[in-house]
Amino acid sequence: MKLFKKKEELMYERPRDASISQVFKESDTNTKISYVVFGFGNIVNKQVVRGLIFLALEVLYFIYLFTFGIQSLGNFITLGTVEQGQVYNEALGIYEYTTGDDSMLCLLYGVITLVLTAGIIFIAFMSAKSAFCTQKRKEKGQPIPTFRDDIRSLKEENLHALLMSLPIVGILCFTIVPLVFMILIAFTNYDHEHQPPGNLFSWVGLSNFGAMFSQGGKLAGTFWPVLGWTLIWAVSATASCYILGLLLALLINRKGTKGKGFWRFMFVLSVAVPQFVTLLTMRTIFNANGPVNVILRTLGIIGATDSIPFFTNELYAKITIILINIWIGVPYTMLSTTGILQNIPADLYEAAKIDGASAPIIFWKITLPYMVFVMTPNIITSFTGNINSFNVIFLLSGGGPDSLEYYYAGKTDLLVTWLYKLTITQKDYNLGAVIGILVFVILSTLSLITYRRTGSYKDEGAFQ
Amino acid sequence: MKTKRFITNTACHILLAVLSVIWVLPILFVVLTSFRKESGSYKTYIWPKAFTLDNYKNLITGHSNIDFTRWFFNTLIIALFSTLISAFFVLCVSYCMSRLRFKMRKTFMNIALVMGMFPGFMSMIAVYYILKGLGMLETGQLKQVALVLVYSGGAGLGFYMAKGFFDTISKSIDEAAYIDGASKWDTFIHITIPLSKPIITYTLLTSFMGPWVDYIFAKVIMGNDTKYYTIAIGLWTMLEQEYVEYYYTQFYAGCVLISIPISIIFLLSQSCYVEGVSGAVKG
Repeated sequence: MKLFKKKEELMYERPRDASISQVFKESDTNTKISYVVFGFGNIVNKQVVRGLIFLALEVLYFIYLFTFGIQSLGNFITLGTVEQGQVYNEALGIYEYTTGDDSMLCLLYGVITLVLTAGIIFIAFMSAKSAFCTQKRKEKGQPIPTFRDDIRSLKEENLHALLMSLPIVGILCFTIVPLVFMILIAFTNYDHEHQPPGNLFSWVGLSNFGAMFSQGGKLAGTFWPVLGWTLIWAVSATASCYILGLLLALLINRKGTKGKGFWRFMFVLSVAVPQFVTLLTMRTIFNANGPVNVILRTLGIIGATDSIPFFTNELYAKITIILINIWIGVPYTMLSTTGILQNIPADLYEAAKIDGASAPIIFWKITLPYMVFVMTPNIITSFTGNINSFNVIFLLSGGGPDSLEYYYAGKTDLLVTWLYKLTITQKDYNLGAVIGILVFVILSTLSLITYRRTGSYKDEGAFQ
Repeated sequence: MKTKRFITNTACHILLAVLSVIWVLPILFVVLTSFRKESGSYKTYIWPKAFTLDNYKNLITGHSNIDFTRWFFNTLIIALFSTLISAFFVLCVSYCMSRLRFKMRKTFMNIALVMGMFPGFMSMIAVYYILKGLGMLETGQLKQVALVLVYSGGAGLGFYMAKGFFDTISKSIDEAAYIDGASKWDTFIHITIPLSKPIITYTLLTSFMGPWVDYIFAKVIMGNDTKYYTIAIGLWTMLEQEYVEYYYTQFYAGCVLISIPISIIFLLSQSCYVEGVSGAVKG
């Protein structure tokens, strides 16, 4: 009996243990007042500082709301109504711009107001729970924590609040708010013809997505081929780097290989050099007048003035990029697989040898399945990394060769580099945002499906 | 049997030699070009006719537009500050994810997973406007602060590696500390952090490398403010049409100068990575 009682007391010790519905059902008048006047329940129960902090936050929010917030929410719905105009100033004899609404800022302030509102709702719950917790403690005659206790709890049971607050503010400002903002832009007509502050843009619903998929349109005619190449690229880049890297690791780790450290160093060297340096170097090496063409000319394989169009012919460009990516990726795989290779149970190999399996069969039937099994999450990450591999394409071919059939994309453009061109060069922010959302959809479905199909999800102990 | 093994061994070594030549040649090309005496970009030969150190000298002594030394220190300062902030964020978040149990933990981890699937620079435009709205893009110095914030702001989402490491530290060590009267905070500062040297070094080194190799964010934020460029955009500028003929060899000198510290840091971080993956003290 005593045990139970103790447990019941503990239940109300910390506000987070109470559920919302419980708070609503069991709260007394003081706690109910705290729904509206934050911190009221705390203040009347001698937790003055805690209560005042809640109250101050509420007051600040409402000051913000009435001076700026309501207006910005209104603007968020309309995205601005007053267009920038020109007025002839007779005294100076020039046209002067009148300031209109800036749709961009309307949208941004709207998002910020929404985030702040979400924050104040969260604080409302905290205040209600805190008041409820104090009420319960009072009913049970437990000591009510002072402000000093609150501070001390930050080092103990509320340590997560102390440690997480700053990082979360950072994530909110630099990841979540911008992302929400860009997602919203996908539903507006913010393109090169609607550039604030000169012009207004407005909500257009799903029509950007419609344009992206509409049959026969130029956008759809770009989207599908670019998507196709993105997938081909991601699959071939991931597979080639993985298998070849694995083979290289095996080659270096063979029993008979002398000077393992030396060989490893030779390959790691290329990883250690910053990637943009190697990529820019590769671009010059395969340039029309670069070293590779020079060597081929000297050897007489191509004519003295000819050059192989490594980046200017579509097919050549695609092959060159994949080959260069192998050059970049293989050492990475070698590094990451070396350790795991040594963990493959030796008896698997011995059994295979006794059965008379040759080296290639051992590789395909034992090493590769084992490694793929162990490293599936790793492979999925590198696959998603390849879909988003901006640097390789951007620094090597820049998406070229350009194509007139495409809407501002080249033949080797991936979805991400197209996104870059659409936003930075073309200023079609709405289309860029649509591409971003589609990339997200593709990535999340692909990784979900592959992850569910793999052995490491279905049968966790297959190789144990 | 013995001769057969000898043949396979030799074949393997020859293959490795050929492969490593392929992997080292481009790097050799960078080094060779950086010492080349003849200026100009593309040549009809690969081995330079004469060698010189002038490329390095000219690069470091600096010019009006191409000011390598200045770019180097710009990047160094930005890298130092963003390293400190992001390492702090990463350690805080990953400790919470690994050791503390609270209501929003799972939610936070799922949000982090979802965030990772959006293309990184999709939000770049919005970040740009937010910074502009805050007035952070008015002067060069403010732009540098803005860049530090951009590099380190969202760092808290990259907690996986360090969380994995903290998971391997035995809980019994923490419990022993609690029994001795330590608070969770004390345990974090006095027990977990000292045990986590490899992962802390790894976090520090990787976030230090970021600003040196990032091109896009730096370019978007810095615009045409050449004085405040970081190394990556600076070097890229040297390859632009109007500069390339004169600065081509100096560009490679710059690449060599950057690659040396970065490779050392990379190799260091790799050894920390291996230590980090293999886990902390067992017990």
